[in-house]
Amino acid sequence: MTRRHTRVGPLAATDARAPRLDVDALIDDSAVGIIVCCGSGGVGKTTTSAAVALRAAERGRRVVVVTIDPARRLAQAMGIERLDNTPRPVTGLDLSRGGGLDAMMLDMKSTFDEVVISQTTPEKAAQILENPFYVALSTSFAGTQEYMAMEKLGQIHRAARKDGSYDLIVVDTPPSRSALDFLDAPERLSSFLDGRFIRLLLTPAKGPARLMSAGLGLITNALTKIVGAQVLRDMQTFVAAFDTLFGGFRQRAQQTYRLLQADGTAFLVVAAPEPDALREAAYFTERLEADRMPLAGLVVNRASQQPESTMSAEEAMAAAARLNGEASVTAALLRLHSDRARMVASEARLISRFATGHPDVPMTVVPALPSDVHDLDGLRQVGALLASG
Amino acid sequence: MTEAASSDWPDVQVHVVTGKGGTGKSTVAAALALALASTGKNVLLCEVEGRQGIARMFDVEPLPYAEIRIAQGLPGPDGHAGVVHALHIDPESALLEYLAMYYKLGRAGRALDRFGVIDFATTIAPGVRDVLLTGKVYEAAQRNSRNKGAIRYDAVVLDAPPTGRITQFLNVNSELAGLAKVGPIKSQSDTVMTLFRSERTKVHLVTVLEEMPVQETADGIDDLRANDLPVGGVVVNLVRPQDLSAETLAAARAGELDRTGIEEDLRKAGLEVDDALLDGLLTEAHDHAVRRGLEDSQRQLVAQLGVPTYELPRIAGGVELGDLYELAAQLRRQGMA
Repeated sequence: MTRRHTRVGPLAATDARAPRLDVDALIDDSAVGIIVCCGSGGVGKTTTSAAVALRAAERGRRVVVVTIDPARRLAQAMGIERLDNTPRPVTGLDLSRGGGLDAMMLDMKSTFDEVVISQTTPEKAAQILENPFYVALSTSFAGTQEYMAMEKLGQIHRAARKDGSYDLIVVDTPPSRSALDFLDAPERLSSFLDGRFIRLLLTPAKGPARLMSAGLGLITNALTKIVGAQVLRDMQTFVAAFDTLFGGFRQRAQQTYRLLQADGTAFLVVAAPEPDALREAAYFTERLEADRMPLAGLVVNRASQQPESTMSAEEAMAAAARLNGEASVTAALLRLHSDRARMVASEARLISRFATGHPDVPMTVVPALPSDVHDLDGLRQVGALLASG
Repeated sequence: MTEAASSDWPDVQVHVVTGKGGTGKSTVAAALALALASTGKNVLLCEVEGRQGIARMFDVEPLPYAEIRIAQGLPGPDGHAGVVHALHIDPESALLEYLAMYYKLGRAGRALDRFGVIDFATTIAPGVRDVLLTGKVYEAAQRNSRNKGAIRYDAVVLDAPPTGRITQFLNVNSELAGLAKVGPIKSQSDTVMTLFRSERTKVHLVTVLEEMPVQETADGIDDLRANDLPVGGVVVNLVRPQDLSAETLAAARAGELDRTGIEEDLRKAGLEVDDALLDGLLTEAHDHAVRRGLEDSQRQLVAQLGVPTYELPRIAGGVELGDLYELAAQLRRQGMA
């Protein structure tokens, strides 16, 4: 690539030389079959994944993008208003290079249901699907959404390998409390299902279990007192019915984990130039490295644009003050400039702090757009900015 | 200090603060706690998501499961200032404390922990998890004789889960309904719900003037109302500078600002003016005016929500402890505390 680019936004003002994340090289690389976008909530992850997917499709990849919770108008523009777990073609693209784009919105509950149904007999599946504990687990278990996003990724990947339907899968991750949730979710779910207490619930009160019956009695009594006998019974039924599925779940979780570690996968960490988002991004980057997950780089969204004139914030404020209450419009323009220069400087500080601590992480900085993105043109624009950042 | 408006929520004991990710709800919760303390109230600021955001904002050590004094409000006219304590609530500690307080389950409590029951209870059923978190908030708001020697608070501010999850979080009753139909945990959740549904609680939503957060705020309000949860105000956060008049903004958008006049002013201000400087300022004014226009259309949508609204400025360079006091003062002036 010989094209020169000018940096926009905070990086333009820093000396920290993070390597540039070359998004086009990433999406053009046919060895890359999976791109996972992750980061904390509210940083534009969904938009980034959709923009990457669209750009890849128009550059000739056959892409499917799995989104979690797109803004209504963006979902409409992509033709995925229904939560039906089925990828649907996005129309209005330039497919002259032979690519294509399907999009789907993840339905966490039905993905979970499908897994249960595929792993057991119809009778047993029906029994499990009705149990109140299963309902709680499948709708609001901390991490179910993360786990199901990864499960769906695994499913699409397996199907695509068989029928060649897609050569690139782009996954958005849920707006987790912590970005780590989704890496931990499969492990957490399987260790939860392996938990000592679950084993205990499964153990009939005889045989070797007698050995710990003193402790057990204490616990059963305490539990009955607190949650009531009915809940305890529901719990036992659930665990007993679910027991045969544990092995399958664990195996799938491990498969997905290996898929994420594989060479064909690339992680994009998405952040905004704010302390919390970048702290989370730093944490996540380190975690990906520790887990030997292939990190492609960091996307910093919504960066303030470098002001056009080089006057410093202080200089502008001083000049505004010298106007001494007169020329209010000019004074306001100077204050505006000062505010912008300060924003840019503080974002630059945050980003260069990240770059100093993570000198090997390639980075692209996307300037803030004046309006929200809710159509394909907007996504194209974001894609172009991503590639040139 | 400038005079404060009278509070819009004088009788509210529990202020729940929610908002979409990235809107700064934790900052607003902290500022609200300080604002309430500046009216002489003793305030407890709680967080439930394990982020330790309060500790970072107030520049103190990570918070344990204990009420720690972190700040004092600004003294009012009578020289009296309320105090802000902070509490980081995690479900495991809340459950153990609950067991000790209500069941005197010292040994059994530990046994439950050892057998992974606590983990089980707080992981499998987020309903249970939320009952424990909200239950602790309830306990702090309505101190009774069981918790001897505990501090009594005039108000509790809860830095709550984000808008998308808030109704589910507060509506512990219905979340639990499928799991526990009778029993102590059910009656516990009933009691908590009584407080949350009463006029002593308000849920405030934090937004920024962008399309998605505003839409999510509107959806959140509908959702809360549909579940009989009391909606408080909307705090519009991170508002851009409001320096320019509507006329000037319109002129800036149309590219019709008085270039020659501005050039003269800049010289008057002692600057060396060249085209780069002048063009730069005019382009910046144009961009700003475009964004302000978009903000204004979102502001109209916020106004149509039919709840009191408050605005807080975006602070270039990030919010520091001193800024929290300034934000608190602004909330007070606008009548939020």
